[in-house]
Amino acid sequence: MLTSIASVGRRVLPNQWDLIAFAGIMAVLTAIAKSYHGISAPLPAPTEPAVSLDYANLPYYALRTTLRMFAALAASFVFTFTYATLAAKSRRLSILLVPTLDVLQSVPILGFLSFTVTFFLGLFPGNTLGAELAAIFAIFTSQAWNMAFSFYQSLRTVPRDLVEVSRGLRLTGWQKFWQLEAPFAMPGLIWNTMMSMSGGWFFVVASEAITVGDTTIALPGVGSYIAKANDAGDWTAIGAAILTMAIVILLYDQLLFRPIVAWADKFRVELSASQEVSTSWVLNILQRTYWLRMAMRPVFAWFRAMALAPIRFPKALRAIAEAEERRRWPVLDAGWIAAVVAVAAWAAWLTIRYIATEAGWDDVGEVFVLTIYTLIRVAVLMLLATLFWVPISVWIGLRPRWAEAVQPIAQFLAAFPVNLLFGAAVSLVLAYNLNPNIWLSVLIIFGTQWYIVFNTIGGAAAFPNDLEEAAKNFRIRGWRWWAQVILPGIAPYYLTGAITASGGSWNASIVAEYVKWKDHTVIAQGVGSYIAQATDKGDFPKIVLGVAMMSVFVTLVNRLIWGRLYAYAERRLRL
Amino acid sequence: MLDISVTTLLNVEDVSQTYSTGSGESHKPVLDHVSMSLRAGEIVALLGRSGCGKSTLLRIIAGLTRPSEGTVTIAGEPVDGPAEDVAMVFQSFALFPWLNVLDNVEIGPRANRVPLEETRQRALKAIDTIGLDGFESAYPKELSGGMRQRVGFARALVMQPKILLMDEPFSALDVLTAETLRTDLLDLWQEGRIPTKSILMVTHNIEEAVLMSDRILVLSSNPGRIAFEIPVTIPHPRDRLNPEFRGLVDRIYALMTQRPDATRPAAREAAAAGLALSLPLVSTNALAGMLEEIAAPPYNGKADLPHLADSLGYEIDDLFPLGETLQLLKLAEFEEADIKLTPLGRRFVDMDVDQRKKVFGEQVLANIPLASHIKRVLDERPSHRAPAIRFREELEDYMSEDYAERTLRAIINLGRYGELFAYDENAQTFSYENPE
Repeated sequence: MLTSIASVGRRVLPNQWDLIAFAGIMAVLTAIAKSYHGISAPLPAPTEPAVSLDYANLPYYALRTTLRMFAALAASFVFTFTYATLAAKSRRLSILLVPTLDVLQSVPILGFLSFTVTFFLGLFPGNTLGAELAAIFAIFTSQAWNMAFSFYQSLRTVPRDLVEVSRGLRLTGWQKFWQLEAPFAMPGLIWNTMMSMSGGWFFVVASEAITVGDTTIALPGVGSYIAKANDAGDWTAIGAAILTMAIVILLYDQLLFRPIVAWADKFRVELSASQEVSTSWVLNILQRTYWLRMAMRPVFAWFRAMALAPIRFPKALRAIAEAEERRRWPVLDAGWIAAVVAVAAWAAWLTIRYIATEAGWDDVGEVFVLTIYTLIRVAVLMLLATLFWVPISVWIGLRPRWAEAVQPIAQFLAAFPVNLLFGAAVSLVLAYNLNPNIWLSVLIIFGTQWYIVFNTIGGAAAFPNDLEEAAKNFRIRGWRWWAQVILPGIAPYYLTGAITASGGSWNASIVAEYVKWKDHTVIAQGVGSYIAQATDKGDFPKIVLGVAMMSVFVTLVNRLIWGRLYAYAERRLRL
Repeated sequence: MLDISVTTLLNVEDVSQTYSTGSGESHKPVLDHVSMSLRAGEIVALLGRSGCGKSTLLRIIAGLTRPSEGTVTIAGEPVDGPAEDVAMVFQSFALFPWLNVLDNVEIGPRANRVPLEETRQRALKAIDTIGLDGFESAYPKELSGGMRQRVGFARALVMQPKILLMDEPFSALDVLTAETLRTDLLDLWQEGRIPTKSILMVTHNIEEAVLMSDRILVLSSNPGRIAFEIPVTIPHPRDRLNPEFRGLVDRIYALMTQRPDATRPAAREAAAAGLALSLPLVSTNALAGMLEEIAAPPYNGKADLPHLADSLGYEIDDLFPLGETLQLLKLAEFEEADIKLTPLGRRFVDMDVDQRKKVFGEQVLANIPLASHIKRVLDERPSHRAPAIRFREELEDYMSEDYAERTLRAIINLGRYGELFAYDENAQTFSYENPE
């Protein structure tokens, strides 16, 4: 996912900071690529563990993949707690950190897979650990940003009276973090964690089996299994992979996320007993056991003692933080901003020079046109998906029984990566001699349309009953009912889903415009296939160019269209 | 009874607090050279209307906010950051929703390195004292407002503070619950069962101040100053119907309503000159309703303010803005602790809706300079449209950003009802156009 639910509610940030962050990120990735070139010894081909299509291997592959995802999740939590906390606590650091995070959300990280893979392989030559870390890092990049944003936003909106209580009770920074800030941020963070897990599957599949230039990696896992099945053109193996994924998702949802969501209900701040209470049979069982609870009691007591440990930051650090808060030293502020701008400018220059080693102005023009193609593709498909799904979702959402059943299914479907459809897509395109530029486009929206579906269902389900009855009572029907009653009512929800879907679609284009099945390759013209082809060839400057262009487009679309629409909906249409 | 020593626990000297306005040039003081003290054994009430800075003063005393000028000392020690000898009870209760009652009460001592054993002992005692026995494992969500505020009290008392600060602790509760909590607290105080040496409470409820405190400090608004100090010598338990009690309440009402006329001649002159008059945001329906209420029996045109507030269930923050707006529009006027309809006000009550709107519009135009100013600007412009930002900026020359915003909202509301002009929220412009 490129855009998270958490990020869209924020005010639009000043654009110069985006430019700076953007330059910085591109430069770091360029540096990684360069360091790869700098390694003089040729990379030994990694020991390639044979991935076989034998069904008996699937449970083991599923386990490996799941472990990878949770390792990435752990890294995302560490990142969230440090990065977001620093951004929320320090005014000076936030100047740098917040726009950086914002741009990271918009950069199609999938395009940089080649860079990170080669970098990690270079760290551990000849060892699968490098490939493992590369895969975990790729999944991390799909999970971390929206979690960090959610946490950052929560830290910025902690209720004032609770902050005052904490200060009045003289809680230290550590105590305040664990007693107030982390619990307050918990519901949002958990929701974003679940979304991240769903979004992570797409990256698992892309990162477990990847070819960069003449280096090929295939880690044992569901992703490699799918890739191999696509290569072999094995329909039943694809079916088995889908079934395996479904079981894994169901398991971690029921055994892990449901209990956590139900437990985290107590962290919601609104004091009235909320009408919607999450339940989990697993949590019920755990809470009703006697022995287990007795055994866990000292553990919980220890956690609480740790959270209340009177840990203070060193006095010098606190003094700096306090001075910063009081806005002294304007000269230092100016100096800091100047330094950030200078480093960013230098980074931008490095990036441009790196691209210029192989690509000229004609390449830039070509990529620009290709990005326009992809833009049209994403826009048209978003429109079609909206026209198709919104009426259906509204119909479902207004019927509570249906909504209850369908909404989790849509959320579930969002996890399935587009690679599973390659066989079907290629077969159809070849069999009916279809134009891939048009018909491959459908793949772009395949995984992301579900965000529109379940958010719209959620919006329609939350539509106030009295307004619905009033509309009926005054016999508002047909076109007028859609335009003046339900569409304004669901707009904030729909936009949340649409923003996520639009961001995800750009990322998906890297996979969906360049499709392989058996020995057939079908290509749609676009920046996605440009990046994918450059990756196959190991042509790094072209990858940087493609990704940079795509990032510029995504950021502009988010700022100029989605950001404004969402701000308007929040201001005028939130019920 | 408590042993009443004459030691001064708290000393506030010459404290001012300013916030810069939007442009950052001029500074409007919220508190203006406030001095006060608190002695052991007394309950003092800080009484004032919303926006008078009483909560700010309380936060400065608690060490949560730093004053721009002046010093606060507690037991001789200057306050620099959250002080050890004070604990605060919040209007919104401010309980941690994810902690149960016991954990909420224990968090203070535990965070301050009180040994586990002692913490538990003190917490259970506080819970017992405040009447929360049996609720130890309940979460705030499961409790009623009154029980939640009891947790708030227990959490403050377990810190064994010398001074208990209370920020409108009963105003979020319904009338009956609030009264129970007040008397429970007073009983504990009288019996010396709470370890606190003195209590400082912020309130906007005049009767609550008279009921509970030994001394009342009345704050005036904009900027906040201590306008009056009133000792309350009525013996406990105090009876709200006692003539002495009623007399004191009446006197305070009279002091607080006469304030704009008598104690702020400068502001009044400025208002006459132009735009310095900040308007409260009131509902036009409530204005009409209040006129009808005063006109009807038992008041027959002249109502005793405490009585009126009581029968309507209004606090002074509801009542005074209405009364002041009526006075401004010359439909009613304050007289000591009474509010009286003017002849025009009496006629207004008997009019139909269209006549009322007409009279209302005329009165707004004649008596509120901002209204006539807006109308003049609209008349002068060929397009008969004017952006709100223009007037907001003009207002900000005289008052803080918040007051300017509120005043603008108020004039839009009054102008719309009086059909003086239209306002488009999306475009943020005034005009004469109404949808056809």
